[in-house]
Amino acid sequence: MGMFSLSAMLVAALIAIAIMSLFGDNALFMSGLLQGAWLTVQITLLGSLLAVIMATTAALFRLYGAPPLRWLAVTYVEFFRGTSALVQLFWLFFVLPLFGISMDPFSVGVLGLGLNIGAYGAEVVRGAVQGVHRGQWEATTALNMTRWQALKRIILPQAFVAMIPPWGNLFIELLKSTALVSLITMSDLTFRAKTINDTTMQTIPIFTLALLTYLVMSLTITIGMRWLERASLRGMVRGRGR
Amino acid sequence: MSADIWSWSYTLEILPILANAAIVTIEATLISFVIALVLGLVLAVLRMSGAVIGWFASAFVELVRSTPLLIQIFFIFFVLPRFGITLDAFTAGIIALSLHYGCYCSEVYRAGLEAVPRGQWEACTALNFSSWNTFKNIILPQAIPPIVPALGNYLVALFKDTPLLSAIAVAELVQTAKNLGSENFRYNEPMTIVGLTFLVLSLVSAAGIRWLEQRLNRRSVR
Amino acid sequence: MSATTNHPMVRFEGVTKRYGALTVLDDLNLEVGRGEKVAIIGPSGSGKTTVLRMLMTLERIDGGVIWVDGEPMTHMQKNGQMVPAEPKHLRRVRSKIGMVFQHFNLFPHMTALANCTEAPMTVLGLPRREAEERAAELLNMVGLGDKKGHYPAQLSGGQQQRVAIARALAMRPKIMLFDEVTSALDPELCGEVLQVIRKLGSEHDLTMLMVTHQMGFAKEFADRVCFFYQGKICEQGEPKELFTAPKNERTQQFLRAVLEAV
Repeated sequence: MGMFSLSAMLVAALIAIAIMSLFGDNALFMSGLLQGAWLTVQITLLGSLLAVIMATTAALFRLYGAPPLRWLAVTYVEFFRGTSALVQLFWLFFVLPLFGISMDPFSVGVLGLGLNIGAYGAEVVRGAVQGVHRGQWEATTALNMTRWQALKRIILPQAFVAMIPPWGNLFIELLKSTALVSLITMSDLTFRAKTINDTTMQTIPIFTLALLTYLVMSLTITIGMRWLERASLRGMVRGRGR
Repeated sequence: MSADIWSWSYTLEILPILANAAIVTIEATLISFVIALVLGLVLAVLRMSGAVIGWFASAFVELVRSTPLLIQIFFIFFVLPRFGITLDAFTAGIIALSLHYGCYCSEVYRAGLEAVPRGQWEACTALNFSSWNTFKNIILPQAIPPIVPALGNYLVALFKDTPLLSAIAVAELVQTAKNLGSENFRYNEPMTIVGLTFLVLSLVSAAGIRWLEQRLNRRSVR
Repeated sequence: MSATTNHPMVRFEGVTKRYGALTVLDDLNLEVGRGEKVAIIGPSGSGKTTVLRMLMTLERIDGGVIWVDGEPMTHMQKNGQMVPAEPKHLRRVRSKIGMVFQHFNLFPHMTALANCTEAPMTVLGLPRREAEERAAELLNMVGLGDKKGHYPAQLSGGQQQRVAIARALAMRPKIMLFDEVTSALDPELCGEVLQVIRKLGSEHDLTMLMVTHQMGFAKEFADRVCFFYQGKICEQGEPKELFTAPKNERTQQFLRAVLEAV
């Protein structure tokens, strides 16, 4: 969808939330939902940070690492892409303590989701780096740059632009996966919606408000990433410089 | 010591129970995916038809893709009964999964349909085909093969999302593993077995998709 | 190191390059003197571009040794034996060579000026001010003093290629390689690029190797022309001789075909 439609949806969702919280008891449980939403935002931000770090590391290991590092990266990516996010969370939450490693649910959430999305992100980073035209590498050789200088100054900045849209999708995937932490006792937005529903039975407004709140967060990410893409494309038209 | 961490007798005891649960998981996957395939195509055609209905279809897809599957599952399971539609957990889960992945599939279909050159439509107009015949006999057969791998990836993704049904107590793999864990106070074996099952099935299907992709590529080159 | 200042700037000694079963270059022997300008011509697939790419270390060689400025580049001496060069050695020798590519390969995310200062700053460690002064000087030299702040996408092909020449010169190479630098340009833009190369040739003591399809330019500019055919030098000599009275039958055929195409 275009920027205009997305912005229109964002505004419409915000207005709908505002209007709904004016009616009946809705204002009462709205504060509970917002507290949950704040936790959701925190897990999303920290998880995204971890995902970007893991993805970049794994992709560079896989592309340029020595064989053991490459092997490690492949295992990480295949393992976390091969199993369910929920299974990974449960495993971290229920099984790791048996090996003497216990974490609080918040850390499990951030770690599990960050690792999961990071594995998908690794493929995004790898594809973007490989998508940079071979001539760019050759130019850096002709200018006698080291591989690391070439990566840092020439290749990664160009790959960065190509990575923005797929990362936008992954951040939204991560946001949506945060709902899973409600199943390991975290009071995020989904958890709040479910518990408030259990006590008040105001099913329709509660779940509608929760859905709209998630929609607002997703649209914010989408619009933000579009803006970032535009900003980094300014001046540089891809595909002509080769 | 080793029996503390892993008990083989317990493993043997729970394996048949987990195997039964695996059948529920696979059933849910296949039924949902078939519905998602049909729904996705319908949504894609609606979106491409333009006008108001197209905008609404797009907004619906955006809404579904922007919100967590888990909360959609809750929504269908808890909200629909308020409108007099009472569903058992399995059915509610199937509806949520098919809606969610139907929206993802619609994006794939749209890309496939848009990739068919305009000239194909124009040639059919010149041959005086009806739009329905053009779509069914000329456009779809060209649009589908290139997108089979992308659709296949969503099949795997859907399969990996079935554990969410445990949140409304559908007795699929993860729910069963959790139940076994809490009954026996041993989570290690059931959770690990379930994790491995997902890993193996996902890797096998990913390899299958890659194989299919190569076969399709070969065909389109000829 | 000492007395041999009259060694050739570049020497290919029995160099072989294969891609699988295909031999692209077969036992190549070629010497290029200090300040000499050599044009390499030949039909496509004759291995002429590979010569430049091997010299720039973009291709690994399968046999033989390449010497640069009196020392082996692809190899190094260790305990009196020639062993394949380590990266450090390769980088040191490579610093004497610059290259201009057919497709420019400018860095699209950097301005013309930044393209010319990037490597001097990161590789040579020049301070920014010094790098920028030198880059500005070079951009003036190629006639783009007013385009410093432009990104590659905002420049014409000919302008981009001139920035690429300035970028290579900013590393102060002794040897410049030109790989079909006008092939990707519209005909009316070739002149400005060739003019810059002409100027370089007359004002600097650079050794130049160029692969080119511009026979007119090769004839007027080069000290020597090498005609490659099927991975070998089929004929070489002064341009006047080679273009007017080629001895080899293949050369005659090739030149006839090129003339007919014009």
